[in-house]
Amino acid sequence: MTRDEIRSLVLRELGRIAPEADLSALPESAPLREELEIDSMDLLNFATAIHAALGVDIPEADYERIASLGGCVDYLAARLAR
Amino acid sequence: MPSLGADMDSGTLLEWRVSPGDRVARGQIVALVDTEKAEIEIECWQAGVVERLIAEVGQKLPVGAPLAWLREEGEAAATAKPAPAPPAVAPAATAVRPAPPVSVAPRAPDVRPPPPPPSPLRVAVGESRRVHASPLARRLAKERGVDLASLAGSGPGGAVVAEDVQRAAGARQPAERVLAVAPTAPAEAAAAAPRDRREGMRRAIAASMAKSKREIPHYYLETSIDCGHALEWLRARNESRPVSERVLPVALLLAATAKALRRAPELNGFFVDGAFRPGSGIHLGVAVSLRGGGLVAPALRGADLRSLDELMCGLRELTQRAREGRMRSSEFSDATLTVTSLGDLGVDRVFPVIYPPQVAIVGFGRIAEAPWAERGMLAVRPIVRCTLAADHRVSDGMRGARFLAELARLLARPEEL
Repeated sequence: MTRDEIRSLVLRELGRIAPEADLSALPESAPLREELEIDSMDLLNFATAIHAALGVDIPEADYERIASLGGCVDYLAARLAR
Repeated sequence: MPSLGADMDSGTLLEWRVSPGDRVARGQIVALVDTEKAEIEIECWQAGVVERLIAEVGQKLPVGAPLAWLREEGEAAATAKPAPAPPAVAPAATAVRPAPPVSVAPRAPDVRPPPPPPSPLRVAVGESRRVHASPLARRLAKERGVDLASLAGSGPGGAVVAEDVQRAAGARQPAERVLAVAPTAPAEAAAAAPRDRREGMRRAIAASMAKSKREIPHYYLETSIDCGHALEWLRARNESRPVSERVLPVALLLAATAKALRRAPELNGFFVDGAFRPGSGIHLGVAVSLRGGGLVAPALRGADLRSLDELMCGLRELTQRAREGRMRSSEFSDATLTVTSLGDLGVDRVFPVIYPPQVAIVGFGRIAEAPWAERGMLAVRPIVRCTLAADHRVSDGMRGARFLAELARLLARPEEL
């Protein structure tokens, strides 16, 4: 899976959580929590969706590494390359 | 006829505040409706011109039945006008058609406002009355010159109801009153149904909270709870589970609240008609904020009987459905205490306002590291500030303090939750 594919998948799942947000304007490094008003339940749902789509189970300890769009894509790319 | 509460299935039109041809603004009060509990002023949710009044004063209509036709600004009058059928002219009592199917305005909006029915806006509280009579009966009696005291009431507790007055007045209506009944019910007739649900929700929250602040003598208590052990226990537990089975700290807080309530029945229930009614079961209302504003607090029923995993599962489902606007009516009817957790937003503590007719509300701030002194030692621990707002008509600070102490005790032993 390419980085771009991962990115579009992440954006798709974020779009499900925050349907009203303009994701095309989402800054790469901004904290998703503040940017999209994501709470812990949203984050859990996001992690669940990523797990279902990519088979990557993001442990709670790694949550801070997926705190931004760029960080999240990097993290998933690294996990998938393993 | 808008739904003015989960338990309302019909309402009686008491009064029109507008006439055909009137221009109405959004939010303007257009009618007064009597539900079983109170007279409620009905706002119009759309600007426009009143084309025609359909409902007749004194008429009882199911929720969803059209009350009037409203022509929107710019809409050609012709589209709202029915075919030039001769208006049915008849005494009102017989001109009343069966209410059209409730399809015009949905009976249950997708997102229901969280609180119980808006406060009785016009009920005179504590007014001494010689005769026990419903507001509608009173009004009809006045209109038709019937002496209420001379009537034998057939309502609950011998109360005089509208039918009694009508019977006494010979069910006469002023002969000059002419009603043109619409031959068809146009879709535009949904004037009285809130089009903008967010607006409706804001109004419902406002009505409920204003009633709470007006009527409930709140007292507030706060306690700081060390969540160190609970979080460590939860972290280890989650580590060995797939993401779909993980439990969030908020579920622990809910579990502890529910179980602590078992020993604090005065905080769990409703204040209705001047008296406390304990809840049958512990149904935690969970405040769920909606994207784009607004708030619902559907109930996790039987919360104290659920395992931690069951609670988490219920919470997940509830949150999702609340945010998608798919609530169940049962969830709105009977939360016995509400829990609000704003920790995700980074606030330290919440000063919650009780949802009437409930008698207490529990608030949790964020779980954050703080200096914590214990047994002569200073440490940095994850602390949550738990607040309780409770109704002084039902309980006292001592009782509330015991509840919070019990909650803290339970959180210190998460294995038992």
